[in-house]
Amino acid sequence: MFAKNLLIAAAILAGTLGLSTASHADTLGDIAARGTIRVAVPQDFPPFGSVGTDMTPMGYDIDMANLIAEKLGVKAELVPVTSANRIPYLQTNKVDLVISSLGKNAEREAVIDFTAAYAPFFNGVFAPSEVAVTKVEDLSGKVVGVTRGAVEDLELTKIAPADLTIKRYEDNNGTISAFLSGQVELVATGNVVAAAILAKNPPKRPELKFLIKNSPCYIGLNKNDPALLEKVNAIIATAKTDGTMNAIAQKWLGSDIPADL
Amino acid sequence: MNYQFEFNWLAQYYPEIVKGIGITLQLISIGAVLGIALGIACAWARALGPAWLKPVVATYVELIRNTPFLIQLFFIFFGLPSLGVQLGELQAANIAMVVNLGAYSCEIIRAGIQSTQKGQFEAGASLAMTPFETFRHVVLVPSLQRIWPALSSQVVIVMLGSSVVSQIAAEDLTFAANFIQSRTFRAFEAYMVSTLIYLVLAVLLRQILAVIGGFIFPRRAVR
Repeated sequence: MFAKNLLIAAAILAGTLGLSTASHADTLGDIAARGTIRVAVPQDFPPFGSVGTDMTPMGYDIDMANLIAEKLGVKAELVPVTSANRIPYLQTNKVDLVISSLGKNAEREAVIDFTAAYAPFFNGVFAPSEVAVTKVEDLSGKVVGVTRGAVEDLELTKIAPADLTIKRYEDNNGTISAFLSGQVELVATGNVVAAAILAKNPPKRPELKFLIKNSPCYIGLNKNDPALLEKVNAIIATAKTDGTMNAIAQKWLGSDIPADL
Repeated sequence: MNYQFEFNWLAQYYPEIVKGIGITLQLISIGAVLGIALGIACAWARALGPAWLKPVVATYVELIRNTPFLIQLFFIFFGLPSLGVQLGELQAANIAMVVNLGAYSCEIIRAGIQSTQKGQFEAGASLAMTPFETFRHVVLVPSLQRIWPALSSQVVIVMLGSSVVSQIAAEDLTFAANFIQSRTFRAFEAYMVSTLIYLVLAVLLRQILAVIGGFIFPRRAVR
């Protein structure tokens, strides 16, 4: 609710102050003239964006920003943002692109444009490869660990077969520990949490069995900027086919990009 | 205060609460019986047992009394599987409570045993009782009677401490309160209800222990 109000406030502010962003169209030309592309990236949301031990930003979103800058033949200027101010930064023309694990929804689509999806972000049921589960019905008689009150807890509770036992842990660390110590065979969690488990090279590797809720990340840009949109979409499409994006996904999420991304 | 109380969720979620009370009672019943039994055995070992056994029991008691219950629980539930000991959350909770109460009640009961006058042991021996018979009839029962209020308090403390077992997804009363809170976002009401239930359970448990004490020690001891 707070985020929504903020968004509306930001939209009104942008509408009154930044008319140029709405009518102006040639960001691509500005970027070429400037020699840099300004990209809003997260710095508090690993593995998408965090600050490394040498104080430089790192993560999936940062690699994506650098990739786009490289393909455009310009330098990337990384602007750290929070999830609350990333869209206002774009609307007030402080950045050219938002690559900040941004999900798409109707409210956001009303104020900014989105490119094609560039990163997977979803909740699902994960288990080691030998566990034969491919759909929610297969969970019958099984035990699944989940973090109490998380989106995946609420969604799984709705669709679960009657004889599924759901073990609800206090936080993600509890859920991860329960999985790693073998207290539960399956976990329902986000792909980012699964990636955090994979990063520790555990004996039990959580693999996606089926999706609960899918909300991939998109790159945000201002409306009425068809040249930039087309160019970034072309870069994303190439990165998907030539393996560049898969390499980024493997590096930060420990898994291939899904076929439907 | 402008807070609007809202208890409509009780109709939907009372089965969770009832189940939670059941689990909490089950945990403390098993924990109290086995924990006190373990405590008596350890108290005997520390006060009257063979020399080699005393440091072993002392180590156990100090280890448990100087570490947090939650860590002991995590050690059993998340740690032991690495050694191939896979326990369910209720088994882990039961074991943690027995081990914990065992250590605390050991010290309480030992205080009772060591406060027994030397003449009592000698009287037992002079009546041709074996050391076990002396311990059982002459030492232990009056000792337990002396420390029964302290022991009852410890049992109540362990029952209230059992609220942390919700951390390993054991569905006790605290788990029910947390679950309802995360579904309804009625934190104030959910914890108000669970607080009242714990209060009632604790008072009842104290009464029950007093009644049990009355059965075990029907005659007033001559001190």
